[in-house]
Amino acid sequence: MNDSKFDVVIVGAGPAGIAAACSAAECGRSVVLIDETPWPGGQIWRGRQTSSRPKVATQWIDRLHNSGATVLDQTTVIGSAGPGLLLAESKGRPCRVRWDKLIVATGARELFLPFPGWTLPGVTGAGGLLNLVKNGWPVAGKRVVIAGSGPLLLAAADGLLKHGAIIVEVAEQTSWSCVARFGVGLCRRPGKFFQAVNLKFTMRNVPCTYESWPVRADGSEKLQHVTLTNGQRTWHHDCDFLACAFGLVPNIELALCLGCEIKNGFVDVDARQQTGVKDIYCAGEVTGIAGADGALVEGQIAGYCAAGADHRAEALAGKRRSWHRFGSDLAKAFALRPELRVLAEDQTIVCRCEDVALGCLKTFSNWREAKLHSRCGMGPCQGRVCGPAVKEIFGWELESVRPPISPARVASLIAED
Amino acid sequence: MRVPSGTVVAAAVAIAGESRFRRSVSGEARGPLCGMGTCMECRVTIDGRPHCRSCQTLCAQGMIVQTNE
Repeated sequence: MNDSKFDVVIVGAGPAGIAAACSAAECGRSVVLIDETPWPGGQIWRGRQTSSRPKVATQWIDRLHNSGATVLDQTTVIGSAGPGLLLAESKGRPCRVRWDKLIVATGARELFLPFPGWTLPGVTGAGGLLNLVKNGWPVAGKRVVIAGSGPLLLAAADGLLKHGAIIVEVAEQTSWSCVARFGVGLCRRPGKFFQAVNLKFTMRNVPCTYESWPVRADGSEKLQHVTLTNGQRTWHHDCDFLACAFGLVPNIELALCLGCEIKNGFVDVDARQQTGVKDIYCAGEVTGIAGADGALVEGQIAGYCAAGADHRAEALAGKRRSWHRFGSDLAKAFALRPELRVLAEDQTIVCRCEDVALGCLKTFSNWREAKLHSRCGMGPCQGRVCGPAVKEIFGWELESVRPPISPARVASLIAED
Repeated sequence: MRVPSGTVVAAAVAIAGESRFRRSVSGEARGPLCGMGTCMECRVTIDGRPHCRSCQTLCAQGMIVQTNE
């Protein structure tokens, strides 16, 4: 079997992983950057047209290609095959990668909260629909309602508008005053501030509502109709897509599988991005939601420290603290309102892989019991969608992760010697 | 059908006018949710290989994609 060895192995080629790979490789270490997709850049810099990428993305991706780091694309890590050894599936074939230092930069995914009709084709994530559109999904002339919470809603609206979509409404669940306070705070970060002003300008003809959220989606075999509310009154839209997400959830599965400590839902790291497990570092949204700029800083710190160049990392400590403050402002401004946790009805499906409805889950008292009796969270996504949802609805915590952490072929699992 | 290079299979399915990517265990129609390879709702059969994530797979010459299974 294909068995390779590197000084520094990085999982996840988003901003954090790319910055880590550049930093470690430029210090002369042998580096491999592993990613599931065929293109480096993670979700935020995803896109088939390099011309439509932000300049900073092109700069980092060019730097990556000049750094000497190896990029192992279309490769999914499925678990640990022993100390210092990752088991993965690369383009359908098993492969193993040996590491001296490991950097986990697996990023975050969107938080979905179940409501009646959320399983209909046409109901997607907000970043999710934008991702699809960046890779050729047709939205020109399609009517899109965007709902949920966070700056990603506006970013999605902007991206979809550029691809010809008709944005019917952007419904943000938090209040205008929370968003305004967050906006004023951005004055300290000119880059972000101008980004926000630009977005608001592009959005000037798009109806934006605050303190409003989706209550149901209807349609026969696909989405046709969305109902929104502000708690006092409800209104409807005919539409083709409901792009809907309520924030971000870190992808902690690999770190958890490797024995890293989790604190408040995120991987716990020190100022050097070092986890409690020897030689394993974590960087980016998996340690806290602070956007691509924060991830770039953390990635560089992790890359330098993994390469033994701690002095170079120290220069970034101030920036790191600053982006962490941005992250906590973000969490405060877009905190979820309690109404969102009770949108699902008894017959609403919560686990989309195994079709387990809310009413069934109500008969259990914890995640483990629900899994054992209903198969909730035991389908192909392994609870990545319903897990965070049941945490919001019932307060149940994810207890453990079992390998393989991603669906794999039996041939890949028995490939261990 | 022909698509520009860099198009993912999920997008090609949508261009072909199909919104029902797969059938859930209870028979519901499902389509892509996360667009980033985690939710598995976009899975289709590609060249006879079942359960491929169409949002993470680029279209290739002569590819045969089966949906709504």
